[in-house]
Amino acid sequence: MLEHAPAPTADEIREVVAPLADLEGPLLPMLHRVQEVWGHVPEGAVPVLADLLNLGRAEVHGVISFYHDFRDHPAGRKVLKICRAEACQAMGGTDVAARTLARLGVDWHGTTADGGVTVEPVYCLGLCACAPAAMVGDKVIGRVTPERLAREVGAA
Amino acid sequence: MNIWVPMDSAAKALGADEVAEAVLREAKARGLDVQVIRNGTRGMIWLEPLVELEREGQRIGFGAVAPEDVPALLDGRLETLGPVEAIPFFARQTRLTFARCGVIDPLDLDDYTAHGGLAGLRRAIDMEPGGIVAEVTASGLRGRGGAGFPTGIKWQTVANAVADQKYIVCNADEGDSGTFADRMIMEGDPFSLIEGMAIAGLGVGATRGYVYLRSEYPNAIRVMEAAVRIARQRGLLGPDVLGSGRAFDMQIRKGAGAYVCGEETSLLNSLEGKRGTVRAKPPLPALEGFLGRPTVVNNVISLATVPVIFEKGAQHYAEFGLGRSRGTVTLQIAGNVARGGLFETAFGMSLGEVVNDIAGGTASGRPVKAVQVGGPLGAYMPVTKFDTPLGYEDFDAAGGLIGHAGLVVFDDSADMLQMARFAMEFCAVESCGKCTPCRIGAVRGVETIDRIAAGDAAAIPLLTDLCETMKDGSLCALGGFTPYPVMSALTQFPDDFATQKEAAE
Repeated sequence: MLEHAPAPTADEIREVVAPLADLEGPLLPMLHRVQEVWGHVPEGAVPVLADLLNLGRAEVHGVISFYHDFRDHPAGRKVLKICRAEACQAMGGTDVAARTLARLGVDWHGTTADGGVTVEPVYCLGLCACAPAAMVGDKVIGRVTPERLAREVGAA
Repeated sequence: MNIWVPMDSAAKALGADEVAEAVLREAKARGLDVQVIRNGTRGMIWLEPLVELEREGQRIGFGAVAPEDVPALLDGRLETLGPVEAIPFFARQTRLTFARCGVIDPLDLDDYTAHGGLAGLRRAIDMEPGGIVAEVTASGLRGRGGAGFPTGIKWQTVANAVADQKYIVCNADEGDSGTFADRMIMEGDPFSLIEGMAIAGLGVGATRGYVYLRSEYPNAIRVMEAAVRIARQRGLLGPDVLGSGRAFDMQIRKGAGAYVCGEETSLLNSLEGKRGTVRAKPPLPALEGFLGRPTVVNNVISLATVPVIFEKGAQHYAEFGLGRSRGTVTLQIAGNVARGGLFETAFGMSLGEVVNDIAGGTASGRPVKAVQVGGPLGAYMPVTKFDTPLGYEDFDAAGGLIGHAGLVVFDDSADMLQMARFAMEFCAVESCGKCTPCRIGAVRGVETIDRIAAGDAAAIPLLTDLCETMKDGSLCALGGFTPYPVMSALTQFPDDFATQKEAAE
């Protein structure tokens, strides 16, 4: 969604994360904040955060790459997370995921050609008693079918 | 007229928000004076959205309600489930930790107090710190996150440590498939967790707390953040907790999608802003935890159970249970079940009774094949082990573990070789990479299971050997316990590992 937006400047990044500098262990909150604002953690954030927190750039990069949540490029307009974990498998989740990926023409972590949807695997949404489960943005959905998921992401 | 429509994630996932909107819209059209209260869930997920209204002093349930049922609901034409608390699944429970969940408005502190909330904290304020820790020890409470370590002993270690700053860290990184008790109580009764953390703080001399809450739970994050703000405004948190002259405050921290951060030392690293890699123990987090300071790390359910222990007394809590498993276990019944949800009961009920009787068998109507107890690192229990009582030691003796008490039921269409493969694949995806048996072993495990699937019987002893290495050589439970689902699948369901071989011969 933000492919054409100019990359934020170091000052813009610094301004966004500065209010979090007094937290104990501020790096994760800062990364979440950056991703909230720009949809991903742009490369330019690494030296800014490293400088602010007196860390090496490699250390900051290591943290970003460790966590599944942080992305280094923007996602599609919607992010669909489909649960792959055991409780959802017990209710046919594997098939729902396979059919949804095929329908959208993407693999896990892929974004549709029109930039509409990115599909991510997730390991448990805590909706295990109404499996299979998925999430579109922050909206949770239980007992999903491929048809329902296609409707939710506007690909029906 | 009050109408309760849950705001729990599972209820929302089944359409509760749309039902709540329909209630407001239809009530307005009828000129009815209706107050919609968004409660937590009662835990009967197969009935969600479960709508309740008051009739002759009792709360009457309707479910599962669809938005198009709402006109009939308001006109008194919708079939009722009767009094919610008389529904057998609910009536058979012993609700201590979850006593208020689904009953109250989660963000109404007065409603919380009217239902026994804060009584525990007030009692703790009048006690010496040593007395607080002794009360928890006497209750027999053990860590509900999975390890089952006695909570009182952990608190004692932190209480004895000398430091200028100590911490209470709540592990709300509930990543195990089949578990949702943490999410449910944070969304349905958040003040119980806040109260439990405040009591812990008073007991061990910690003035700061953190809830490390997984990012996959956006609703729980919103509710907990709102509850902390309210608690601060009302003096339950802050420099002078309920006028005690003692300080305790806390923050909610969002995880970033790493399963391994449910392991306490990874969690602490993550909270500090580092990669979520496991730390070698010792030093224990109780002595060198968050930022190297003495830290209590407890699961949500452990901490949310503390208020009721202080409200009713340690003895009352300890009277429930079996052997060294005291109190209640908050079972989460999930997967392919007719009646899934949260079932809180004293330790001791058999696995079969829970699956067949309480949960009503499978949703598909086919025979049960296996139940994975304790999350993705728990063993697959075959039907022949259904007489195993739910207790930490009993499950250990049966080759399994209770873990966070999630039960995932599979019907006879499950392919246990594929489940074993998934366990290894999951371990490979989520390994923090610090120790070799987990990082490399999980990848080799997937390959070895693929060889078995392709008909190579010689790979079976290899897999067994690999599992031994992972079990003995891994730093934490991720690599160390992945062999549980893998080996239980292999030994309890050998046919699923033999079919391909025989077909090939």
